[in-house]
Amino acid sequence: MSSVRVGRIEMPALAAVWVREWTVFKYYWRTRTFAAIVEPVITLLAFGFGFGKLVSSIDGVPYIQFVGTGAVATAVLFSAVFSSMFDALYKRRYQRVYDAMLAAPVDVDEIVTGESLFLGTRAGLYGVAPLLVAFIFGLKPEPAMVLVPFIGVLTGIGFAALGMWFAAMVSTYDGFSYVISGVITPLFLVAGTFFPLNRMPQWLQSLAQLNPLYHCVELVRHCAFGLDPAADMAHVGALCAFAVLAWWLAVWRTRAKLIV
Amino acid sequence: MLPVSRTTRLSTAAPAVALHGVVKRFGAVVAVDGLELEVPAGLCYGLLGPNGAGKSTTMRILTGQALADAGDIEVLGHLLPAESKLARARMGVCPQEGNLDVDLGVRDVLDVFARLYRVPAPERTAAVDRALALAGLEQRANDRAVTLSGGMQRRLLIARALIHRPEVVLLDEPTVGLDPQIRQELWSLILALRDDGATVLMSTHYIEEAERLADRVAIMSAGRVVAEGSPAELIRAHAGREVVDVHAPVTQLSALHAQARADGLPTRRSGPAITYLHADSLDGRLPAGARRGATLEDVFVRLTGDYVE
Repeated sequence: MSSVRVGRIEMPALAAVWVREWTVFKYYWRTRTFAAIVEPVITLLAFGFGFGKLVSSIDGVPYIQFVGTGAVATAVLFSAVFSSMFDALYKRRYQRVYDAMLAAPVDVDEIVTGESLFLGTRAGLYGVAPLLVAFIFGLKPEPAMVLVPFIGVLTGIGFAALGMWFAAMVSTYDGFSYVISGVITPLFLVAGTFFPLNRMPQWLQSLAQLNPLYHCVELVRHCAFGLDPAADMAHVGALCAFAVLAWWLAVWRTRAKLIV
Repeated sequence: MLPVSRTTRLSTAAPAVALHGVVKRFGAVVAVDGLELEVPAGLCYGLLGPNGAGKSTTMRILTGQALADAGDIEVLGHLLPAESKLARARMGVCPQEGNLDVDLGVRDVLDVFARLYRVPAPERTAAVDRALALAGLEQRANDRAVTLSGGMQRRLLIARALIHRPEVVLLDEPTVGLDPQIRQELWSLILALRDDGATVLMSTHYIEEAERLADRVAIMSAGRVVAEGSPAELIRAHAGREVVDVHAPVTQLSALHAQARADGLPTRRSGPAITYLHADSLDGRLPAGARRGATLEDVFVRLTGDYVE
């Protein structure tokens, strides 16, 4: 038995949480992957073809390529936040597997960290799908695009932790109605995915700065159409700050629910 | 036939589990109310009490999943809750409510918990195989846990708790809701565990289970221990050698009960009868009835059931 240490996040515990997620994923990868990839691709095609007839290009970028780069963030958001919030509530309330895990030498912060890392990584990788579709519609591959999966993973970790925080504040699946309509939908719509925010009123642009998804959209577009180092460092910083805040909130509320 | 343990094992070593002055409140409800409990190492120790006596809360305090409002808690020398993680590494827990990863295969369930319990990689396959054999689930290793029967799921839960060869095993109502045959299988498994050197702390509200399995028993009521000892000691002290059951119409039971109380005779209610305890030492003073040997049930109802009137 490897030595157990109190009061810190330990690698063996994280690895065990990670392997549990991976094992579950092996059973469900088909449905999870289908949902995570097909939905943003359909959104992309619908907007790209539908709106594309009205708006041929934005700032010199063909509309379907504009949406294709923006939809990366959408794919990451949906995959990360939905799987983490539904899974976390299921594991806490219905299957009660968190109870079983916490009886082992694993603490709440290790569960939240391990699961956010897994679901965030998965979401970040799924997020590349819309970009691949955009290639079919003429998006030019750029070297900086190798950064897109990393941006996706960073964004995904934050949103996976946010989903765990949401899950720790409700008692039934019904409770998610508030966060889906009140938080996730606005985040998704006001991120610059479907229309450029720089033509919106100033107050909306300022508000968008608080939307982590906006920073993800900007970073992905810059990878495709030209980096802006100073601004991009700020975007990465914003995503890091969001991930840390969401992680902290998730640990705090999940612990309050599980350790009474 | 089951091996039935009647020997009182004596242990001079430090207790495996010790709780002193432990209090746990949930809002206005006091679930554990000044609990004093010491579980000697190497015994099968029964925590017997009616529903709501505080047994499950006590179990959750021992795994750090409930935080006590007061008191000192020690498991294998580790102070809780500060060193809970160290204690949990050496403990196995089978909860009352099933919390299996039912969507996973049986082998995967065990493999995941071998990792959570830090079984080193080279020993993991052997540990999983051993647990499968213990649960008698070798043939079902690749089936999803959800397809197992209730008894098999419970065996898997217990095997999962034993994957890392824990020194202390907590079993919260291990046989609740199971068929008699399956209960008896689990009983032999629990005794085998103890004979292997583990300390078993088992909560139950089945008196027979405590009587058959436990070397020592603590009877809990309203969040505290009201009596403690080996089943034989408890029976001798609280019910005597023999008791007398007097059957009477329900309408007369209250009158008999009041009379017994006035005469200073210890009794307990038993459905349509009243049972006079310590019959062997009260000869001549008792009404006519059916005489029988005293049981742990007599003690249990005497100590925990008087509030039910």
